[in-house]
Amino acid sequence: MTTATLPARAADFPRARAVLARGDRWFLRVLRGAALTLVAVVLGIFLEMSVSAWPAVRAFGVRFLTTSTWDPVAETFGAVPFLYGTLLSSLLALAVAVPLGIAAAIFLAELAPTWLRGPINFLTEMVAAVPSVVFGLWGIFVLAPLLRTWIQPALGSTLGFLPLFQGPPYGVGMLAAGIILAIMIVPYITAVSREVLLAVPNTQREAALAIGATRWETTRMAVLRYARPGLVGAVLLALGRALGETMAVTMVIGNRPEVAASLFAPGYTMASVIANEFAEATSDLYLAALVEMGLLLFVVTVIVNGLARLLVWRVGGPVKQVRE
Amino acid sequence: MTGRIVAALAVLTIMISTGAGPVGAQMLVNGAGATFPYPIYSKWFDEYTKIDPEARFNYQSIGSGAGIKQISARTVDFGATDGPMTDEQLSKAPGALLHIPTVLGAVVATYNLPGAPTVNFGGDVLADIFLGKITKWNDARIASANPGVSLPNQPIIVVHRSDGSGTTYIWVDYLSKVSAEWQQKVGRNTSVNWPVGLGGKGNEGVAGQIKQTPGALGYVELAYAVKNKLPVAAVKNAAGKFVTPTIASTTAAAAGSAKDMPADFRVSLTNAPGEGAYPVASFTWLLVYKDQPDQVKGRALAKFLWWATHEGQRYTDELLYAPLPPQVVTKIEATLKTMTFNGQPLLAAR
Repeated sequence: MTTATLPARAADFPRARAVLARGDRWFLRVLRGAALTLVAVVLGIFLEMSVSAWPAVRAFGVRFLTTSTWDPVAETFGAVPFLYGTLLSSLLALAVAVPLGIAAAIFLAELAPTWLRGPINFLTEMVAAVPSVVFGLWGIFVLAPLLRTWIQPALGSTLGFLPLFQGPPYGVGMLAAGIILAIMIVPYITAVSREVLLAVPNTQREAALAIGATRWETTRMAVLRYARPGLVGAVLLALGRALGETMAVTMVIGNRPEVAASLFAPGYTMASVIANEFAEATSDLYLAALVEMGLLLFVVTVIVNGLARLLVWRVGGPVKQVRE
Repeated sequence: MTGRIVAALAVLTIMISTGAGPVGAQMLVNGAGATFPYPIYSKWFDEYTKIDPEARFNYQSIGSGAGIKQISARTVDFGATDGPMTDEQLSKAPGALLHIPTVLGAVVATYNLPGAPTVNFGGDVLADIFLGKITKWNDARIASANPGVSLPNQPIIVVHRSDGSGTTYIWVDYLSKVSAEWQQKVGRNTSVNWPVGLGGKGNEGVAGQIKQTPGALGYVELAYAVKNKLPVAAVKNAAGKFVTPTIASTTAAAAGSAKDMPADFRVSLTNAPGEGAYPVASFTWLLVYKDQPDQVKGRALAKFLWWATHEGQRYTDELLYAPLPPQVVTKIEATLKTMTFNGQPLLAAR
């Protein structure tokens, strides 16, 4: 039976290989097409936005990037306060969320008893799924009054010598936006970092423990160093979310296009102004200015991502780290 | 196997074709625009279908700006806006557009003060507060209009809309009329460069901010203030009277302006004449082409507009819009009769 079919198969072989090769070629084409579609979408967005923003680019030139007045009536538009607000609120969010998120991830991956991991993981993922408008409402009705009546006066009386904590406590403002964003991105940092830490080979830990390292030293030297590129990736993902977050931020930031040193002062972000004003913007130049703002946000995101990649590259791969 | 698929397809085809039968007899009239009148428009479309089952209306509340854009591009059959189109916008449209007022809305000043007293404001005082020139509640200019009201020595925290909005347009249109300085420094638009204050998103954002902040002062739609029982200010009108915003005093603003109203209804009703007129009021408009491109749809639209400005007005009360005064309805009748298809009037029978 076997001997009878074998020669037949062998005879068929060249044809089968040809079929397979054709299948492979198509497989490759489909995959390449999928990858190129992504590139085409990004380029398409960029081109389309550039074309729509062109009237504003021509009218304001570099002034769009250097002036602070946003006046739809007089049609003078400058993006500085929005750029500042976007970067500052995201930085603030990272300053709070990175230590918190990574610490939580270390606990979950390295130290937590198994029965506790499940529920905490579940809750983390649930927070990530809460719609941003809910965070925004919570911000207006809970966080802002809390900040205004307790936290900001306390900060003002203790750290008021710093320009960061001066001015009247409105509740809403840059600080509120930073805190809301931090709460929103912590689950991302925690969830991704946890996976990264769990992917660190156990041999790393065993080696460190074998040379007499404590739990903390093992985590710091063997686990965190090995996982560093992945952790940076987690932070990047979170930063991307923070830069683009619109609804929750606009509900608590105060929406005032102003560059203020104080975290108590109201601010504005690029995503917020687009969401706020696009629907009712009627004049062509006004619309173009809003699209240019979108283009700027796009460019800022690309630059921030580029810088972060550079950082990962400079930090180097895991192997090199462990050898040091 | 193949036979079964064919049978299933046949059944499906029959189902689709029988389902499509009645739909084919109807027509869908599409519209887009302002968010402010959306509740009453959807009520109207719902009620009107009971009268004329052939006509189906579909309305996207995507904002006045987008409504003007879409009707100008003829991607919808009618538009809706809270602010009249400019001459430039009208000249860019491919045909003559009519503004048909449908209901009135008012914008009210609301605030957070202990005991929630009714506060009187002169228009110039409101403008100077929003310009950042009056900063305390116990300022002499506020106090002089409010004898007997205890005003705290507290900073006024101004709250305005952060999103572009017809509500903002009406508010700053009023401030521009009562203050030369506002007109010159800030002007009017759906969003402006605010000299002071915090921005809240939507009526609920502004109201939420005010509720949470002692000493806050902002503006919201009348309907929103009434529904949420917010304290509202009486504002001094052109006749020098302090008028509390109500549905009646809003309608009075249109009645007061009716005599000198331009034929195209593109008129601002802020600071309107008349003893009982509340000064921060406005029409909201539907936008239709004078010469309709489709006879059936055009007739349906014209008949609907007639109904909405007559029988439809009785739904304004429950939804807290102000109805059109009879003087204005008479003028609208004349305008609706000018709607045509191929030069033939669409409402000839009336």
